[in-house]
Amino acid sequence: MSDEAIDSTFSTGSAARVVHHDTQVINFGDRLFYRVTQAFALIVIFLALLLVFDLFRGAWEAIQTFGLKFLVGTTWDPVKREFSTLPTVIGTLVKAFIALLLAVPISIGSAVFISFYIPKWLRPIISYPIELLAGVPSIVFGLWGLFVMVPVIRTIQIWLKANFGWFFLFDGPAVYGVGVLSGSVILAIMIIPIITAISRDILLTVPSPQIEGMLALGATKWESIWQVALPYARVGLFGAVILGLGRAIGETMAVTMVGGNSFELIHSLFDPVHSMASQIASEFTEATYSLYVSSLIYVGLVLFGITIIISLCAQYLIWRLSKGHVAVFE
Amino acid sequence: MRVKKILLGFAMAVLSLSATQVLAAGCPTKGVKEMTGAGATFPYPLYSKMFSEYDKTCSVKVNYQSIGSGGGIRQLSEMTVDFGASDGIMDEKQKAAAKGGAVLHIPMVSGAVAVVFNLPSVNTSQLKLTPDVLADIYLKKITNWNDKRIAAANTGVKLPDLTVAVVHRSDGSGTTFIFTDYLAKVSSEWKEKVGSTTSVNWPGDVGGKGNEGVANSVKQIPGAIGYVEVAYAKQNNIPWAQMQNKTKKFLDPSLEGAAAAADIANLPDNMEVSITDSPNPSAYPISGFTWLLVYENQTDAAKGDAIANLAWWMLHDGQKYATPLDYAALKGVAVKKAEALTKKIKVNNQIVLK
Repeated sequence: MSDEAIDSTFSTGSAARVVHHDTQVINFGDRLFYRVTQAFALIVIFLALLLVFDLFRGAWEAIQTFGLKFLVGTTWDPVKREFSTLPTVIGTLVKAFIALLLAVPISIGSAVFISFYIPKWLRPIISYPIELLAGVPSIVFGLWGLFVMVPVIRTIQIWLKANFGWFFLFDGPAVYGVGVLSGSVILAIMIIPIITAISRDILLTVPSPQIEGMLALGATKWESIWQVALPYARVGLFGAVILGLGRAIGETMAVTMVGGNSFELIHSLFDPVHSMASQIASEFTEATYSLYVSSLIYVGLVLFGITIIISLCAQYLIWRLSKGHVAVFE
Repeated sequence: MRVKKILLGFAMAVLSLSATQVLAAGCPTKGVKEMTGAGATFPYPLYSKMFSEYDKTCSVKVNYQSIGSGGGIRQLSEMTVDFGASDGIMDEKQKAAAKGGAVLHIPMVSGAVAVVFNLPSVNTSQLKLTPDVLADIYLKKITNWNDKRIAAANTGVKLPDLTVAVVHRSDGSGTTFIFTDYLAKVSSEWKEKVGSTTSVNWPGDVGGKGNEGVANSVKQIPGAIGYVEVAYAKQNNIPWAQMQNKTKKFLDPSLEGAAAAADIANLPDNMEVSITDSPNPSAYPISGFTWLLVYENQTDAAKGDAIANLAWWMLHDGQKYATPLDYAALKGVAVKKAEALTKKIKVNNQIVLK
């Protein structure tokens, strides 16, 4: 995916790229193609609207019963028919952001390495395993996480608690192994391939004269990457990170396997906690009465809302970034 | 030549005769070739085996979607499937919502839930738990394995000074239904504070997805306690505890124990009964039925006939597939009552099975 493609994903209104169809549609083939593509675009928009409508319709009973208290309450009790979602919202966001903290330096670092430090013929050989990793189904990550990663994390957690237990983040049930930290690490592993692959493609679009000019001025390779290539590509890189965040927030299976799935508010990195998507997937099959089902759909609606807010924030940031200095030599 | 022809005719007559006999044993008589059902995941391995055998015997395809008891009940209520399957009993609201009227709960098999643990130097069956101790562990009132109340039932067992980590299913499940139903029966505090259904507001600790998630957390966390289907504990060699039943006997979870739990004198005729904490002296206390849900009054004559015959077949010929797959076949009174329920299925007020 190119810089421009990423850019256009987020800023659809850019006038420069609009094709003036009314003057260019001349023959029948052109007109047909125009209509077909228009129909496809409308189908997508229609589907999105239908989804929102259906989410609202499904959640309506829960919205009427709990209102906005659903967002701030901390009880999830199918027996007493009391539902609210604050602990899972926090659990989801915390896990996703820790995953980003872990994944972004690794991904962009390896993308820089692949794009600028190794010979061209070697690139596919290094990139291929990363892209392969992106295609692994999440249940495989989940089972690997449960059987292999969690014991390792448990050992690390017990050590952290023994030595740094005075710090509130490490003052939790370290021995469980499953919890916020395990969930975050598995998410980080899952989003690294995506962020790396996109970042690499974006960095490869940085015009070489830009970097060569910098080198000619006497800069080191490091300086030219840090001061020219990365700023030049920052909008695209930011887009890559947002795509990673999106996957981290919506990820279901792997994070269910290692997240510990508790409905309590978290106090430390080691506490077990549910994610919204995993909660919906886990409970939907056995949700036996309509308010229960409706509450789960409400969780879905909240998740959808969070995704929209994040994407709007991202659009705003990208707009701010791209309005400023795109290239250093401007 | 003639002799040959006669022999051939005779052979064909025998063949067709035996064919009708085979068909008579629980096959649909009104030409239904396909049925759909949906529901519980717990009996799915058994049902898929039964239905594949049923297809061989009667050439009738039964398409069963194991979408969970909740989904099964919803689909039956909407009449989008011919039968439902559930590990729990439908409550009054669900019964009222069923569009096809009265729903029969026909029990098919029973199963047991094993309490598994991870304690250094304590082997399987060595740990003995009483109902109140188990309930208080899950209520987080007993938090250390060296608690006096655990020790009281375990003389001679060296219980370590170790924090109890409570593991439960995080996904809604029939296993959880049976387990919480048991806890609610033996502990009034559990009944009041937590209650019982396919997923509850757990007082503590770790939630694992599926049997494998619970089993793995228990295996990995020292001091953990959890609950899984008995087949899963057996196949994966996870140490289990002996549970004290209603007659104060300590028993290992077993199919015999689960079958005994269902074999009690005062079963209600509608079989809408949980058999946890059964009074039978050889009953394992955390046992439960899994039910086939069918409408008592069928609208379609052919479908009604097919459903009644299928249920009958599952209660008789189908039962032999239960034990190899670690389900407890019905015995004694339970079979009689289940048969009686199957004979209540009607089409236009005419009973299908005579």
